[in-house]
Amino acid sequence: MMNHLPVLQVIIPLLAAPLCVIVRNGQIAGVIAVASSWVSLWMAWKIFQLVQVAGTISYNLGGWLAPVGIEYRIDTLAAFVLILVTLVGAVVTPYAITSVKKEIDESKESLFYAAFLLCLSGLLGIVVTGDIFNVFVFLEISSLSAYALIALGKDRRALIASYQYLIMGSVGATFIVIGIGMLYVMTGSLNMADLAILLPELPSNRIIPVAFAFLTIGVCLKLALFPLHVWLPNAYAYAPSAVTAFIASTATKVAIYMLLRICFTIFGPDFSFVKMQLGAILLPLSVIAIFSMSLVAIFQTNVKRMLAYSSLAQIGYIVLGISLFTNTGLTAGILHLFNHAVIKGSLFMALGCVMYRLNSVDLESMRGLGKKMPLTMGAFLVGGFSLIGVPFTAGFISKWYLIQGALEKGLWPVALLVLMTSLMAVVYIWRVVESVYFSEFGGSDADEITEAPLGLLLPTWALAILCLYFGINGTFTVLAASSAAANLMGVGS
Amino acid sequence: MEDNVILRVATKILTPYILLFALYVQFHGDYGPGGGFQAGVIFAAGFVLYTLIYGLETARRVLPLKFAALCGALGVLIYAGVGIATMMKGGEFLNYNYLDSHNAEHGQHLGILLVELGVLTTVFGVMVVIFYSFAGRRDIQS
Repeated sequence: MMNHLPVLQVIIPLLAAPLCVIVRNGQIAGVIAVASSWVSLWMAWKIFQLVQVAGTISYNLGGWLAPVGIEYRIDTLAAFVLILVTLVGAVVTPYAITSVKKEIDESKESLFYAAFLLCLSGLLGIVVTGDIFNVFVFLEISSLSAYALIALGKDRRALIASYQYLIMGSVGATFIVIGIGMLYVMTGSLNMADLAILLPELPSNRIIPVAFAFLTIGVCLKLALFPLHVWLPNAYAYAPSAVTAFIASTATKVAIYMLLRICFTIFGPDFSFVKMQLGAILLPLSVIAIFSMSLVAIFQTNVKRMLAYSSLAQIGYIVLGISLFTNTGLTAGILHLFNHAVIKGSLFMALGCVMYRLNSVDLESMRGLGKKMPLTMGAFLVGGFSLIGVPFTAGFISKWYLIQGALEKGLWPVALLVLMTSLMAVVYIWRVVESVYFSEFGGSDADEITEAPLGLLLPTWALAILCLYFGINGTFTVLAASSAAANLMGVGS
Repeated sequence: MEDNVILRVATKILTPYILLFALYVQFHGDYGPGGGFQAGVIFAAGFVLYTLIYGLETARRVLPLKFAALCGALGVLIYAGVGIATMMKGGEFLNYNYLDSHNAEHGQHLGILLVELGVLTTVFGVMVVIFYSFAGRRDIQS
């Protein structure tokens, strides 16, 4: 069974999704979702161990060999991202059981779990596959189910947000498929490893750079890099809590994984960063993203929206790391990809707890909540500190590497900017802290507001503790990230 | 369309042939153009025509929404189930060679047939669900 792990990783949630539809019962569907996401996490861990020992593992679907058939190919980076996605999935599904009951119509509960599992399997598929057209297929699976999940939000604005995401996401997907089509026309291959061999052999032409442009722009739309980010804040703000927590910590991260795959594995670092000068484009964009989005976050009154803008800034940090095009920079990018997912997951889940009790996450309505819901706000505080990058939290480690990477390149203004925007994060997190801990409870139903139920608190704290753990003992994440980075920078295989 | 005799009668005559043609496209898919997706769409088109002429109420008595949704889910299970079966028999996921332990070619035949059947079921179910949802708008919840 062990040699089937790469495909089982995708198939288990894919099989569980129709089961959820068939049982038509929210309770049972929830149990199926939890079970399959935990099995996925276990498999991702096994795959990670396997990759550590055996190097890149490959699996031929249907027994057809690589360039012709679809190949699943997992290297260190893929295994690391698999762990991230399944970890978040495994934490969010038990959280969803309680949260969804309150936020989603009972008749749609089983369908929610089905869409959730489809989204999970789509994201895992993108990471696992070594075939670029397969990436597009899985991208559509995950995106379409994500649109549906966001539209399930209680607020009617969720529909508009989801529609906006649908339009922008489809534009991005179209760009990606046009790029893939151009590559296929030029090389006759869709296998990533095969493309990496065939592309440099082609005589210089205009189509390959155009294909590269289409692919990177499409992916940047999906990962919400600065001028292509408009769909994100509303989608995060109005989606159901569990969905926000899941999508915020996985969907954009997997898109960043796609960017890395395209730039490093398919086109190769020399083409992407030396010939096409991608770093020179990504660097200013990410700097603008970090600065402007942190600034916008400060002025938000809806905390969920505030965190969404902060997510955009954090995506800027990740892309900044990648754009530096050094081993340290790339390590920082991959490290922050992982850490930020854990941090944002815990923050959004803590907000979900607030939503569960208050039906609102406005700064105004959260006044004095520190006394009413100490555990929830405690988790929020841990996540917030980690977002700022306080020592002994996960955020510190990735920012440390990022600054080191910037200094290595002699880009001290960038390093300064990272420090400065961290202070901006202090400002927006402090606004919440001030409202929650240093003002009196404003609502009239003061007695009814109590601590969130255990079903929500346990998963939230699980991620919050991970924020601390990866801050104190970063060996696992740093080693995985640096070996993935070395792998990418190396031959590009 | 209650009083339009020509349409009603023509639909009654056409519907079985549309469904039959869908099955032809399905089983011919191994040798020529066609296959599960096209067959599923044509099969669903038969019901769409029926619904247009005889109304949503009647159509949903013939083919309940729940059943269509069940089809949508079942097809995926058939498809992935074939993959699981080949894995159980020792091959890779969806390696049809292993389906028939004596003759690999027969295995390929059986495999593609079952997989296409899964595609037909899902496409048909989802098409009908989408059509019902748009045609029914609000009362679909009940």
